[in-house]
Amino acid sequence: MSDENKETAGAQEPRERVIGTPSPARDKALLADGDMSAPAGAGEQLDEASAKRAERIVALFFLLAFAGSVAFIAYYIGWSGRDGGMHGVLRARESNFWLGGTMALSFLAMAAGVTIWVRRLMASKPIIQERHEFAADPQSRAVFAEDFMAGAEDSGLTKRPLLRRTLLLAAAPLGLAPLVLLRDLGPLPEKRLRSTHWGDAVEKAKRQGKKGVRLVVDGTHRPLKVTDFAQVGSMITVLPEGIEEDVPHDQVLTQVAKAVTILINVPEEKFKPAEGRENWHVNGIVAYSKICTHVGCPAALYEQTTHHILCPCHQSTFDATDAAKVVFGPAARPLPQLPLDVEDGYLVATGDFPEPIGPSFWERG
Amino acid sequence: MKRFTAWRRRPWAGYAVVLAALAAIGVIYAGFSPRTDRAEAANSAQAAPDLANGKALFNQNCASCHGLNAEGTKDAEGKPISPSLIGVGAASVDFQVSTGRMPAMNPGAQMPRKRPIPAFDTSIKTDHEDPEERAAAEKQKAQAEKNLADLRAYIASLGGGPEVPPASAVDPKKGDVALGGKLFRTNCAQCHSFTGQGGALTGGKYAPPLSNDDVTPTQIYEAMLTGPQAMPVFNDTTLTAEEKQAIIAYIVQIREEPNPGGNGLGRIGPVSEGLAGWLIGIGLLVLAAMWITAKKPKKLKKS
Amino acid sequence: MSESTAPKAVEAPLNFLDDRLGSTTFFKRNMKKVFPDHWSFMLGEIALYSFIILLLTGTFLTLWFKPSMVEVVYDGSYTKLQGVKMSEAYASTLHISFDVRGGLLMRQIHHWAAILFMASILAHMLRVFFTGAYRKPRELNWLIGIGMFTMGMLEGLFGYSLPDDLLSGTGLRITQGVAESIPLVGTYIYMFLFGGEFPGTDIVPRMYMLHILLIPGLILGLITAHMMIMWHQKHTAMPTQHQTEQQVYGYPFYPVFMAKTGAYFLFTFGVLALLGAFAQINPIWLFGPYDPGAISSASQPDWYMGVLEGSLRIMPNWEITAWGHTLSLNVLIPALLPLGIVFGGAAAWPFIEQWVTGDKRHHHVNTRPRNAPVRTATGMAAVTFYGLLWIAGANDVVADRFSVSLFATTWFFRFAVFLGPVLAFIVTKRICLGLQRKDADVIGHGVESGIILMSPEGRFTERHEPAREEERVVLLSKENARPEAPAVDARGVPAPGAKGPLGHLRSRLNRAWQFDDVPVEEHAENGHAELEGDKETARH
Repeated sequence: MSDENKETAGAQEPRERVIGTPSPARDKALLADGDMSAPAGAGEQLDEASAKRAERIVALFFLLAFAGSVAFIAYYIGWSGRDGGMHGVLRARESNFWLGGTMALSFLAMAAGVTIWVRRLMASKPIIQERHEFAADPQSRAVFAEDFMAGAEDSGLTKRPLLRRTLLLAAAPLGLAPLVLLRDLGPLPEKRLRSTHWGDAVEKAKRQGKKGVRLVVDGTHRPLKVTDFAQVGSMITVLPEGIEEDVPHDQVLTQVAKAVTILINVPEEKFKPAEGRENWHVNGIVAYSKICTHVGCPAALYEQTTHHILCPCHQSTFDATDAAKVVFGPAARPLPQLPLDVEDGYLVATGDFPEPIGPSFWERG
Repeated sequence: MKRFTAWRRRPWAGYAVVLAALAAIGVIYAGFSPRTDRAEAANSAQAAPDLANGKALFNQNCASCHGLNAEGTKDAEGKPISPSLIGVGAASVDFQVSTGRMPAMNPGAQMPRKRPIPAFDTSIKTDHEDPEERAAAEKQKAQAEKNLADLRAYIASLGGGPEVPPASAVDPKKGDVALGGKLFRTNCAQCHSFTGQGGALTGGKYAPPLSNDDVTPTQIYEAMLTGPQAMPVFNDTTLTAEEKQAIIAYIVQIREEPNPGGNGLGRIGPVSEGLAGWLIGIGLLVLAAMWITAKKPKKLKKS
Repeated sequence: MSESTAPKAVEAPLNFLDDRLGSTTFFKRNMKKVFPDHWSFMLGEIALYSFIILLLTGTFLTLWFKPSMVEVVYDGSYTKLQGVKMSEAYASTLHISFDVRGGLLMRQIHHWAAILFMASILAHMLRVFFTGAYRKPRELNWLIGIGMFTMGMLEGLFGYSLPDDLLSGTGLRITQGVAESIPLVGTYIYMFLFGGEFPGTDIVPRMYMLHILLIPGLILGLITAHMMIMWHQKHTAMPTQHQTEQQVYGYPFYPVFMAKTGAYFLFTFGVLALLGAFAQINPIWLFGPYDPGAISSASQPDWYMGVLEGSLRIMPNWEITAWGHTLSLNVLIPALLPLGIVFGGAAAWPFIEQWVTGDKRHHHVNTRPRNAPVRTATGMAAVTFYGLLWIAGANDVVADRFSVSLFATTWFFRFAVFLGPVLAFIVTKRICLGLQRKDADVIGHGVESGIILMSPEGRFTERHEPAREEERVVLLSKENARPEAPAVDARGVPAPGAKGPLGHLRSRLNRAWQFDDVPVEEHAENGHAELEGDKETARH
């Protein structure tokens, strides 16, 4: 009791006794940003010893940066071009590693050096500056507006409507001229989007007295026989035979982009042909356009177990056994089907896709 | 692995393979990776399959699901639980068992790849220091190879089907890699991704990665040939053996190719690149900004 | 500040310029321009410096890149593609990667810089939004920023489409599909863009021109305007000590800020070089040349297009066909709506906020996010919306890596994009108000000192002390809610702004903006040191 009395005798209020101690973390927690309470304007006094140390550290970083850039140049000139220059994966890898590594070293060392320099050696103090009002006072604004109108008045533009109107008239078509110039950017759509090369190819085959055009494997150009593709669960990408020869050279890719088709052998007992398309398949071998009806990615992911065709871009899913109807995903229409038949044992297409392939468009109907 | 790859490229490697096939299963394989010697062993072991042993192994490991006569089983409503194995062929058996997918442990959306059960585990390590241990491991491995060969032969005897490809047909060094790339991108990449990293299918199924070293050329060939699970079939008349070899060459060479630009970020395209840009790029630069704008160290102020 | 005269080497060029331009006045006025310090003020600088690096590395790449879709047979040093037919654009990109020393590095730095450019603009915009730095008088710079991000998206799309690899061709194919879906003029836009049917031979040269000339020129113009406006208006400041609406406190441009920003340029280049050296980006040799029949799983665009990709993926398959015309809502809505909401909303926000709060004053000191709960919560809702669509754009990778069903992820995102933002709004607002309450407590009652007192009766209390001055300034920077102007004046005449349905909407929004504000203010009756607990009872 006596101890406590002594303490409280020193300080009348409060009478409580201090039994805890402030946590050391408190100081940090209360630190606010920009705690630079020294008077503005004057330069800071650097502690000479620590400044010297800082200078040496900065110099070390700058030397490191120097070493980095020298190594960069030395590697480039002296080493990267050996044995007839840099060619191939391994040399590219080595070159990328050394050139990039030395470059990164050089920049980062320099950045670190400058940062330490600013933080430890620059004596400038933070300063305070006034922010100025941007706006002019209302009077000057009014004066300016008046001057502006006076100028317009002087020019006669406001007084002479004929002048004004004919000037506007003259300017209007000039503004449209650049738009007109853009007309030759491309052809009009016309019927281009409604047919593929299958149609042309089938027509050509029919002129030669054949039933249709053969299906060839994309990449190997080998025509497929029914017996070649007899195994249930098979899938392959096909094109009309002769597409690379029959189409002008610079149009091949464009025609392939429309004609590319997937051929699937689905179990015949599970296959439900669409009305009017009962003879479009050959023992369960069906062909659908590979171009997704959503936004045109190749829908090519065929699952043998579920008979689903999945587009890897946006996951539209079609049922191969059910006229490629949409099962899931953002696509709205089934994949167009290609009519198939057999001729001399080979799979042939007997017509074009009955509807436009690929994404929907306004005129599609 | 690297060392083995380098060895295979030596000129004498071909003779070594022939020798290996001729010699009895065992010693020569010491130190070799499990992945091709199994295929080679398979060829030599095909000489005299033990159908009785194959049937015994089938009854022991497979019959509970696939039925005693491999005719498959159905549940009470007539829905198939497991398919008939008559006519699936040796290639299918080899693929399913050597990748550990069969015997399946618990049927899910898809059978995962796992280590084969001990009776068929041909990837046992045989490079032990201790000669006794080594001999035991080699014996076990030889037995596993024989078991697998017998099981294949038994299933093949039930109704034929695609054969296991010979080692020469799957040698990734012999394929036309440019053609393989084209065919891979047209027929495989939609599920397995550009570099064979695999990808998602519907309903929790997935296309497994082909980028791991334990996916052997033989297994890739067999997968194309037989179309396991959700995978479509690419039989030899659709994509010829040569074209399959080209695809194998592409898959194997691309996965062995180093990344010239540094870390490959999983080789899965822009998703990991965007993540790295935000986390590493913006992350490092925010740290730098914090350093630059941090309060000056107290020490240097004299005041 | 020393008295010594400048050496001749410095004086001579300064005099030369001054004699001809009168530059000394300008230099003198601007040399000591004050820049307030805060780490988040440097996010925009990443974008500026990335842009400079993009120009430098891009120029390097143009020296070898051939913007041509003419078909060639490759015979370069990448052995796995030898003998393959490809476009000249793709072949020349392979050449840059494998046959030009440093070419791969420059390609990678260029692409990483593009990723960082867009990422830092977004990060910078988030900082500006959440601190209210877009408020009057800085609305113009805010709009310019949105313009730059939009331009950057186009620039990036064209840029990564140039090499004509399989991934970029897939991106173009999707672009074509989206263009085609536009009602009325879709097919015309498609034909005019590609010079015929996809892919044709014109698209790469056209995108090249847009990518290296037109769009960078426009971005450069916007950057110049952005910087000049910022310089003229002076930078905003965080609500710390010495920062007021009338004065700005910080380091002078010369020499401190100049050195700091210089260091930051070096850091940006250094980090990009680091990424370029050690992290592979856009390995087009692995993707292969574009082939319309080929596709890969995990075909994603660069991150800043991920939102579009995500909304395309989760959209239900709505399509209207009537009177011989087709309207693809399944493409149009995801292509236009989400980004329209986010960017249109962001552009209109400063003006909406001004209208709702009726605050027409200039603001130079930023707000702490907690002190504007509705703004912060709206921002978080937008971030959630954007973020969910972004992840939805990678749903196949998510499904594959985390072994979830693909369709389940689609369904999840279909609901989450609607529920997530609402949830984010509510949670953020509650957090903000909680933080306000904490601030009010610190100002009203002081901070817990950690000193435990025992009263003579044996009661334990903790002593509260006033917060340090620096912290008090920060906390007191909160502008407490001002009572709303009465909707009717004393004579019952409605105020002009409160008339009509629009006026009612405004006053309702105004109430929503500030009704639950927690005032942070000093209580006159409370001293700077206060004791917790009832003193009266303690004395008995």
